Amino acid sequence: MIQVREVTKRYGAKTVVDRLSFTAQPGQVTGFLGPNGAGKSTTMRMIVGLDAPTSGDVLVNGKPYVSSKAPLHEIGVLLEAKAVHPGRTAVSHLLALARTHGIARSRVDEVLDLAGLSAVAHKRVGAFSLGMGQRLGIAAALLGDPAVVMLDEPVNGLDPEGVLWVRNLLTGLAAQGRTVMLSSHLMSEVSLIADHLVIVGRGKLLADTSVADFVTTEGVRVVTAAPDELRALIARPGVTVTSTGAEELLVAGVSAREIGLAAATRGIPLFELTPQNSSLEEAFMDLTRDAVEYEAAR
Amino acid sequence: MKITAGGVVAAEWTKFSTLRSTWLTTGISVLLLIAFGAIASASFSGGGLTSVDLALSGSVLAALSVGVLGVLLGASEYTTGMIRATLAAVPRRLPVLWSKSLVAGAAAFVTMTAGAFAAFAVGSAVLNDRVAGIGLGDEGVVRALLGAGLYLGLVAVLGVALGVLVRSSAGAIAILAGALLVVPGLAPLLPDSISDAITPYLPSNAGGAVMALTHTDGSLAPWAGLAVFAGYVVVTLAAAAYRLKKTDA
Repeated sequence: MIQVREVTKRYGAKTVVDRLSFTAQPGQVTGFLGPNGAGKSTTMRMIVGLDAPTSGDVLVNGKPYVSSKAPLHEIGVLLEAKAVHPGRTAVSHLLALARTHGIARSRVDEVLDLAGLSAVAHKRVGAFSLGMGQRLGIAAALLGDPAVVMLDEPVNGLDPEGVLWVRNLLTGLAAQGRTVMLSSHLMSEVSLIADHLVIVGRGKLLADTSVADFVTTEGVRVVTAAPDELRALIARPGVTVTSTGAEELLVAGVSAREIGLAAATRGIPLFELTPQNSSLEEAFMDLTRDAVEYEAAR
Repeated sequence: MKITAGGVVAAEWTKFSTLRSTWLTTGISVLLLIAFGAIASASFSGGGLTSVDLALSGSVLAALSVGVLGVLLGASEYTTGMIRATLAAVPRRLPVLWSKSLVAGAAAFVTMTAGAFAAFAVGSAVLNDRVAGIGLGDEGVVRALLGAGLYLGLVAVLGVALGVLVRSSAGAIAILAGALLVVPGLAPLLPDSISDAITPYLPSNAGGAVMALTHTDGSLAPWAGLAVFAGYVVVTLAAAAYRLKKTDA
């Protein structure tokens, strides 16, 4: 389990992660989504203690990662940027990491085999393609048989066969009861694997939801001559109204039928009244387009 | 499965021994030590230097070379991004620095001590007729040769500390070369009273004292000199440890 609690990270005046809280549960694949620059990588670096939060804290399996007696057994990570010396062979790289924990040589061969790298185990990493580098990173993440697996953009540079491999691997790990978290800036990659979504934009939490709920929270698109009047009319707790254009509203929490009836009683002309059945991708785009567009109904 | 001090040392040894550049730099260091010792021994015909001094005349360049070995070991973690994998595996961080220093220092000490004895053997064999030969049994000879190994071992540790502190190979090598080669050359530009007072304490002069068979007024006693040099190493290591622990990787 990963618990991120009220974490803020500032670099000088720039706030990269802003009071972010979420939990990645065991037995689930948690998709960590957000546009580039949303603070995903920084958050993942803070989870394994590479960066220190400006405030707030992070727990891995209930305790701070730094105090762990067997860190590689707690969490295995693949970080977006390569973390390998190009002059070392794949097997030497993994062996160096394994020795810190007294992990047997046989486990190194096992993860190399699992990642499909046995044939190039004795090749220098500098000659690896992006996809092979990703496979090596995933092999390194699995080295300590960790309870939590956290991968930053794992399918970057993988061929379709590799993408399928990662997908099956991660769902398999979650089925074994492990916590799996992967980040991406593409909803299409994550929606196929993830059970749960944590969506961030500009370092802030935008959504923490199951994949199923995320689609159903979509609302009704309304185009009207009097958006302000309609907004006031349908406002009540549980209803979210977002202005998406001069005459356009996106309404969540009320059915199209109710909106139509309410408008008719006041004689508000409606030009369009469309239930949104947008894809996850569209929902994600809408959500992350601009975090400040959101406004709660009074 | 547990993280142990021995495990971190074993991991650092694995990192050290699985890079071609490590073996290359170590080999070059030994070669410089022996080759320059042999050349100086064969060609020098003046006075004031013993056969041990001549045999170790490659130590200045060897120091630069093992220093670079240490720097590469420390700074390459940052230049390659390996540091992220390293610190994710050892989140306490400091054991990595101690282990890296131990591995680099021990490896340099062993190879350079062997190199110093080899340089003395080769140098004695080709020694110029006008210089009196001395043997291993003579006073101070073993101390000077062993001292060369200890000094060069410490230089490797200094390199590791600089590499981890500066996080850039080029920057750390520049500082290392400046401290070992440039600074001693600049000291004479100062007024004599100041220059005379500080010259023996400059890093390479202090460290060199342990290798010298003959001691002039302007140099420290052998072990005192080595102790002063070790002091520089400790201070640099402390600075590297502070930065490693306190800043984001």
